[in-house]
Amino acid sequence: MEKKATREAYGKALVEIGKDKRVVVLDADLSGSTKSAEFKKTYPDRFFNIGIAESNMVDIAAGMALSGLKPYASSFAVFITGRAFEPVRQSICYQNLHVVLCGSHSGISVGEDGGSHQSVADIALMRSLPNMKVVVPADYNEAFAVVSATMDMEGPVYIRTSRAKSPLITNKPSFEIGKAEVLKKGSDATLIACGMMSYIALEAAKLLKKDNINVEVINSPSVKPLDEDTIYNSAKKTQRVFTFEEHSIIGGLGSAVCEFLSENLPVYTIKTGLEDVFGESGTKDDLFCKFGFTKESFAKKIKDKLYG
Amino acid sequence: MDDFGKLEEISKGIRRDVLTMLNKAGSGHSGGSLSVTDILVALYFGGIMKYDPQRPDWEDRDRLVLSKGHACPALYAVLAEAGFFDKQLLWTLRQLGSPLQGHPDSKKLPGIEASTGSLGNGISQAVGMSLAAKVLHKRYNVFCIIGDGEMQEGLVYEALMAAAHYKLSNLTVIVDNNGLQIDGQCRDVMNIYPIKEKFEAFNFRTYEISGHSYKNLIDTLTTAKRNVVSPTAIIARTVKGMGVSFMSNRVEYHGVAPSDTELAKALEELR
Repeated sequence: MEKKATREAYGKALVEIGKDKRVVVLDADLSGSTKSAEFKKTYPDRFFNIGIAESNMVDIAAGMALSGLKPYASSFAVFITGRAFEPVRQSICYQNLHVVLCGSHSGISVGEDGGSHQSVADIALMRSLPNMKVVVPADYNEAFAVVSATMDMEGPVYIRTSRAKSPLITNKPSFEIGKAEVLKKGSDATLIACGMMSYIALEAAKLLKKDNINVEVINSPSVKPLDEDTIYNSAKKTQRVFTFEEHSIIGGLGSAVCEFLSENLPVYTIKTGLEDVFGESGTKDDLFCKFGFTKESFAKKIKDKLYG
Repeated sequence: MDDFGKLEEISKGIRRDVLTMLNKAGSGHSGGSLSVTDILVALYFGGIMKYDPQRPDWEDRDRLVLSKGHACPALYAVLAEAGFFDKQLLWTLRQLGSPLQGHPDSKKLPGIEASTGSLGNGISQAVGMSLAAKVLHKRYNVFCIIGDGEMQEGLVYEALMAAAHYKLSNLTVIVDNNGLQIDGQCRDVMNIYPIKEKFEAFNFRTYEISGHSYKNLIDTLTTAKRNVVSPTAIIARTVKGMGVSFMSNRVEYHGVAPSDTELAKALEELR
């Protein structure tokens, strides 16, 4: 199966949307890693390296948006949402500016750089801000569609990308904010995932099939706004929900699903993610094993919770 | 009356409006609004800024970002005087539903270029506006007023570095150097001095002037607009609470509105 990283899609899509002369791209000395350097190669006059100053980058993007430009600003997820949280709050979200922020190297799959560089709370931070939309694409194809779709969106958007390559599981040509996709139909439980976890959830579903457990798998890139209809309909059918994300179980996709279901359809819901801990150095695969982000681990957890 | 005399008359009216607004609101920042008043009057009425109150979104307008957003009563009074909105709105300051928020809100009030209040973010947004002019091949100027206490925010230096790096000669940063902040004298709370050398180290063309002399302000702001080489910094030495004897240089009036008695006394002085 072909593998590509979502961050690569960010760079490629920027070049595509860069045909619009209002598009400007900013980075904070990580353009090679976030892939915004792709844009720089094609449109050097509209690329701005702000240096290692994420807060300044976000505020400058705000000033550019106030002046009629369409800014895209990127850094590692941990920095653009953490270090720059205050400018994101005060300048971008408070003014409801159309600025697209891309946090690459999200989650623990950054690997060897270790816990200081692994973002476990970026979704929670961005989701808590009024006006902000939060999107976590599952693969390269979806990430490309998401970045392209931001051109027609209004207000602030946070896109979470990954360093690691992952299999291509989606192939929709366009992306609609607030929409989830049922990747596999089933009736015994609903699995809701985003990012790379959508692929692992699909694989876990195949394992469960061998035990005659037939689960539904939903890829939910739009963490905010959530696709409430799709989630409601599936949860109503299965009455049992499992969420998967490469993020803390506090404040991410799982929390968003629980917040919605608890008020609208209180069903049994189990979150899988980082259990209120930081990551550490290691290869992506070793870290995924340690923190339970494998198809075997997902399948076992589902089986144990359903029939244990 | 010469031109400066006219500006002094306008500034008296602005100060009266500011104190009346604050008194009606029952809260707000008196001291810093009075120290920044002459700078704003010079910019808007001294022939420095290009603007059209009928077209607040006019693409080629000059921009003013009040990074020390807490001094917004002075900016509101100036914008009303310039015709951006009905002066009656001034008396709704800080009330529920008013476009005159406790700190400037660009979404609510015409003439406000950026929402500010969280210190340091205004100057950085002003850098973004100045940079945007380059991308869009526009010739507008961006003026940004920061507080001296605000210079304790690290973000200010990130903004200065970027402004110099991108040679933003269309940007002028004005420091309202009144020497005081909420907790006391800036030099005691966290020493910000020397200021001039800091700007010079960041490759700004830097001037130190009186922030209450219209001649100094207009001469220097005019020079700043002509600078095509680098960004300009103007350190405007000001008096917190300027224009009202019992508020002048008094830290107690940083974040306090005048009572009815104080207002009457102040208006008497500003006749």
